[in-house]
Amino acid sequence: MSADSILVLGVNHKSAPVEVREQLAFTDDPEAPFRNMKAIDDCAEFCFLSTCNRVEVIFTTGNQQPCIDAIKKALFAKSTIQHADIDKFIYLHSGADAVNHLYRVAASLDSMVVGEPQILGQLKEAYRNSSERQCTGVTLNRLLHKAFSVAKRIRTETNIGSSAVSISYAAVELAKKIFGSLKDKKVLLVGAGEMAELAAEHLINQGISEVTVANRTLERAVNLAKRFNGKAVGLPELHSQMELVDIMVSSTGASGLILHQEEVKPIMKQRKNRPLFLIDIAVPRDLDPKLNDLDNVYLYDVDDLSQVVEVNKAEREQEALRAERIVTEETLKFLQWLEDMQITPTIAALRRKADLIARAELEKTLSHSNLTAKDIKSIEKMTGAIINKLLHDPILFLKQNHTSEDKRAKLDFTRKFFGLDLEKED
Amino acid sequence: MLFTLSFIIYLFATATYIAFFVTQNKKIRSSARCLLFGAGAIHTVTIISRYLVAGHTPLTTHHDTISFFAWSMTWAFLSFRWRYQVKNFGTFVSLVISALMTVAALSSQSIAELPPALQSAWLPIHASIAILADGFLAMGFCSGLMYLLQERELKNKRFGVFYSRLPSLDALDTLIHHCLTVGFPLLTLGIITGSFWAKQAWGSYWHWDPKETWSLITWFIYAGMLHQRFIAGWRGKRAAILAIIGFMSVLFTLWGVTFLLSGVHSYVR
Repeated sequence: MSADSILVLGVNHKSAPVEVREQLAFTDDPEAPFRNMKAIDDCAEFCFLSTCNRVEVIFTTGNQQPCIDAIKKALFAKSTIQHADIDKFIYLHSGADAVNHLYRVAASLDSMVVGEPQILGQLKEAYRNSSERQCTGVTLNRLLHKAFSVAKRIRTETNIGSSAVSISYAAVELAKKIFGSLKDKKVLLVGAGEMAELAAEHLINQGISEVTVANRTLERAVNLAKRFNGKAVGLPELHSQMELVDIMVSSTGASGLILHQEEVKPIMKQRKNRPLFLIDIAVPRDLDPKLNDLDNVYLYDVDDLSQVVEVNKAEREQEALRAERIVTEETLKFLQWLEDMQITPTIAALRRKADLIARAELEKTLSHSNLTAKDIKSIEKMTGAIINKLLHDPILFLKQNHTSEDKRAKLDFTRKFFGLDLEKED
Repeated sequence: MLFTLSFIIYLFATATYIAFFVTQNKKIRSSARCLLFGAGAIHTVTIISRYLVAGHTPLTTHHDTISFFAWSMTWAFLSFRWRYQVKNFGTFVSLVISALMTVAALSSQSIAELPPALQSAWLPIHASIAILADGFLAMGFCSGLMYLLQERELKNKRFGVFYSRLPSLDALDTLIHHCLTVGFPLLTLGIITGSFWAKQAWGSYWHWDPKETWSLITWFIYAGMLHQRFIAGWRGKRAAILAIIGFMSVLFTLWGVTFLLSGVHSYVR
């Protein structure tokens, strides 16, 4: 297998608009892509990846153009896109570029949000689906496993995934910068908007111990509180509740401020100055901006949180540069492996097979004989010599320098001729 | 010679800690820690050898006092680190240690004859406890500084170099508190042992000598701060500022008093 025979063909959020991408979703018949692509004779191995932002096929072939055309056809079979337009939306990488692309995808360098962790899980899932259907072989098995470890390496060696890039994650990150651990901290949700829910969900995932919901209509508060296993209170209880909680997320539909600096000042005394983190995600704002001037009170509105997101994005871009270097380095390593893979393992497998046969036969024969130890030794020596002489020419044949096309044909032939791929590959 | 060696290693440790602060590469941090440990070990040998050469506890000259101060801060930090992990604390602490070592390196290193008043078993006890207290209080100063830096970025919502590199406010507040809860009893003990010694050397427990007065002022700053923390919940920024003010008072007691005001403690020059 030469590097050139590894290809990646697909569409993603950068190459195609969502109208095109959604036509490639195979939700109603998830087996269709596997069925269609398995039917392509030129396609030796493939792995099919489909997420909301990308659909791509990683495949190997010995006959590029027909295979590429067939895969395009299989992918766009159900879409309304004109055949002539397809090329406008797809990208095609081969050889080193394909390996590089796959590593970048796995490490989430090609994602809409660089560093988001989901893509690796989706790729693993895609690989599992493909290998369960026997669509992958030696090359893709190795390549994909390598892609997973490259992603892991990037995650440990860079800070690419460390910072929050969404508003509610930013709120969690800030809360952690104030409180350290969020375990045993209490949250008060004021208003029952969707954003507040989302923020509360993220906070709960971080181990928040108690959620209280305050809302003008108590019924809505009760419903939401039930979702979080919390308790509901009426809006008039806001002040007394603020003495107890650590984080308050406000998102009411009120037209003016619902909480002023003068109201919170005495509350802080009651709280013995325990820090209070106020998140105001309402527009127009709920909380008096002057609250931030109070000691141990930290007030963030939507704009402030967006700013955290922007800072984090910039930081991630820095880390992405380091990650790209790792990708390049690992791509070279894989290509090297591919080169070596072409001959060495085949020779080793050939020797191993011959050795195994000889040993089994020797054992069978010698167990019935009454030969002396000296004779046994001579017979073993002779068997070894026969193997070496017999394998000498096939090995020479493999080692002779030829074009990569020839090399692949010879390797294929040798492996088939000696039945080497019947053994389990790792 | 040994002192210079430890001084150089301290400088290297500090530079490595700063490199860690910039890059956040954990391998660099462990090298920094090893360097600091090495410097601390050599520094220990330095102090022991000075003891052997002088024939008495080497805490009576300016050089010795400051050097012992840096030494106690190093070991206070290393022993602390063993229990608590506080992100980038080492960078701040090592900077203060290096500053102290620089001052020590610049002052005269000659070994002084021990004046009769100081020839007492109280010398090692009183001086070492007092300076060990200073070591912990200096760490409280570092944590207070870190708190203010982090708090400023969180309040102003301008996230610069410190935001991601410094730990949470809660961790820093706890750190300030821990440093003071170790440093303050030691400071108290230092003052008590000092007054016993004063009784033995000069006949009365308390002289209102500037050094005594200032150490009492320092003691009141810290005592007030701890009291307010427990009673009124003074914490966060206020605690951080007081930890810094307290340390300024420590420094003044150590140096200001010695150089600016004369009194019975004026031998330490």
